Amino acid sequence: MFTGKFVERTFSDPRIKDPNWRAAQRPRSTVDMSVSNREFDSRHAAELYNRYFDEHLYAEEVGFDAIMLNEHHNAPFCMGSQPNIEAAILARITSRVKICMLGNVLPLWDDPLLLAEQLAEIDMISRGRLINGWVRGTGRESVAHTSQPPYNFDRLEEAHDLIQHAWSVPGPFRWEGEHFHFREVNPWVLPYQKPAPAQMAAGLISKNSMEWAARRHYPYVMLATEVGATKAAFEFYKEIAREEGYEAGSQHFGYLVKVHVDESDELAYEVGKNFLGGRSNPFNEGNEGSVKGFMQNPPGYIKRGNLLPTVGADTASGARLPAARAVVTAETDTAAARRAARRSRTYDELVDAGAIIVGSPRTVIAKLKAITDELRMGSIFFWGGEGAMTHEESMRNIRLLGTEVIPALKDYAHEIGVTSPFEVDPGWQSHRFLDQRSEYFHEIDAF
Amino acid sequence: MHSVDEIEIAGGTIVSLSGGSGQPLIYLHHSISSQGWLPLHDTLAQGYEVHVPDMPGWGRSTRPEWARDVRDIAALMLAWIDAKGIQRPVVVGCGLGGWVAAELAVMMLSRMDQLVLVGAAGLQPRQGTIADQLVIDYNDYLRLGFQDQEMFDQVFGEDPPRETRQLLYDGREMTMRVTFKPWMFRRQLPHLLRNVETPAVVVWGSEDRIVPADCGRQYAEILPNARLEIIEDAGHFLDLERPEVLAGLIRAAALNSVA
Repeated sequence: MFTGKFVERTFSDPRIKDPNWRAAQRPRSTVDMSVSNREFDSRHAAELYNRYFDEHLYAEEVGFDAIMLNEHHNAPFCMGSQPNIEAAILARITSRVKICMLGNVLPLWDDPLLLAEQLAEIDMISRGRLINGWVRGTGRESVAHTSQPPYNFDRLEEAHDLIQHAWSVPGPFRWEGEHFHFREVNPWVLPYQKPAPAQMAAGLISKNSMEWAARRHYPYVMLATEVGATKAAFEFYKEIAREEGYEAGSQHFGYLVKVHVDESDELAYEVGKNFLGGRSNPFNEGNEGSVKGFMQNPPGYIKRGNLLPTVGADTASGARLPAARAVVTAETDTAAARRAARRSRTYDELVDAGAIIVGSPRTVIAKLKAITDELRMGSIFFWGGEGAMTHEESMRNIRLLGTEVIPALKDYAHEIGVTSPFEVDPGWQSHRFLDQRSEYFHEIDAF
Repeated sequence: MHSVDEIEIAGGTIVSLSGGSGQPLIYLHHSISSQGWLPLHDTLAQGYEVHVPDMPGWGRSTRPEWARDVRDIAALMLAWIDAKGIQRPVVVGCGLGGWVAAELAVMMLSRMDQLVLVGAAGLQPRQGTIADQLVIDYNDYLRLGFQDQEMFDQVFGEDPPRETRQLLYDGREMTMRVTFKPWMFRRQLPHLLRNVETPAVVVWGSEDRIVPADCGRQYAEILPNARLEIIEDAGHFLDLERPEVLAGLIRAAALNSVA
């Protein structure tokens, strides 16, 4: 079992503890993306960025295999708008953990060659500890960087292909694509890992991106989706793998899960409430923020019918409709659905549904074993230290995960034959895509 | 009474409705897609041979996957006009369809008899900005385009049917395939409009919250033979909100043109 640590690097606003301030914010911040950056406090954020690095370092010390970084924009709940900067710092200050990008929002890059150069430097400085992960971004990202949603997936594909060529085909060559044009592709600095760094992909609901990953043998990390629906989504990956002529195994599957472990079940339950206490995090269901449904699916972003079973999974089980998972399409965009989406689940509902796992090491180990039985994922990422958690609370979670939960889970995975992508090669270095030349690739004469 | 017609253009199909008799009049719909044969079209059909195409990529017309620009849509519409054998038409364009009509006017010059721009996109407003569909809910956007909320309820309401919703979603996607950066205008267009001697009427709702009224003033200033008509106390979707008034202005425009 490959284990990673994840936090959104929330702008955890200290004023959140003040009920008067909270009440004053509520009318302005109930709608996604309506929080103005006039609320941003640079000095406080500086402390937070450094705190998160301290926690990353501690995670390495206590036995995590990876630090996972993500990217969002215009987001109080995630200050990781430039995760490659954070990755570069981690490359130098850590010595063992993998640096797992889940991921770079590829469609935003108008010059993916700059990204190829950044990632190569990170892989170099870390001596080969980079795991690339590619994501499409949420609607928020398209809005924040005015990125054309109908071409989001096409841009991901083309930018990815361009970067892979830049890393593995000797230059100079020319790239004449649909979205990108380069007449001299020949970056001097290439990644440490040959022929290319390890690769993963991540997502919630898009069939396109899961199919794309499965065709390339990239392990796919489902981001805190409901377990039953996640299992069904993995079946879709397996079908595609069969089409490609291989059997997908646990090395191809990953899962992100919200966990707070503490000294006792009671303490963990209390501290876990902080998951919902962050600053307007629409992904922390139940706090004051909510997502505009239509923004989960900007125009042309998700092709009709290309949704994984994780869409609407929670509605099937009853009245629960987590706003952050309610992907609105022409089929579902009714007045009733819009009203339902405004309702957030309570903390207890989220704990009961397993969307947040809290407890003593013993309790949490049992819950995670059950999830492992169900999903047989070779990688797990623990989402903690989130929302309004203090540094001390976060450090207790990291310590108990590292010293108790992770060893137990690794033993269990070994026992039931669940293997990680670093035990069994998912095929990320050997599959046919590395040898294929894109139609956009053109040889040029040296001069 | 209207009929449905399909024509192959550039490897795709353009579907159109037509009815009435008289001088040919082409109505180009908003970005929200054609809402079919409207009361406005019935009124106009009393004096014109009215054509209501689904622009390529909208409604039942094939999406040109390769199209990246509103000019591509205009070029396809020009090919369609030719294929239909339509001579010296009146072209009425609403919103995004107004932009297409303006591009068509640049391409057709004297072959277009009359240009009617209704809350047309295509020019950068000097004051204000054009409403951004990327950040506005589909239903809220429709509501924004009506000054008369009762009329909005009558046409769309809180809960439009499934077919209408699909048109809205697909229309918005197609729109963002052909205009994005810049949003809803082209810097070259005003320069080219100076060549367009075609008699033009520019119609705007005084309360248009989608395309600022300044765009109407600019069209009227730049086009050599244009007149600006403001419909008081009306919004952006004039074809849906004030069809009788709009039809009257279109008819009057044609009479003036002949005179």
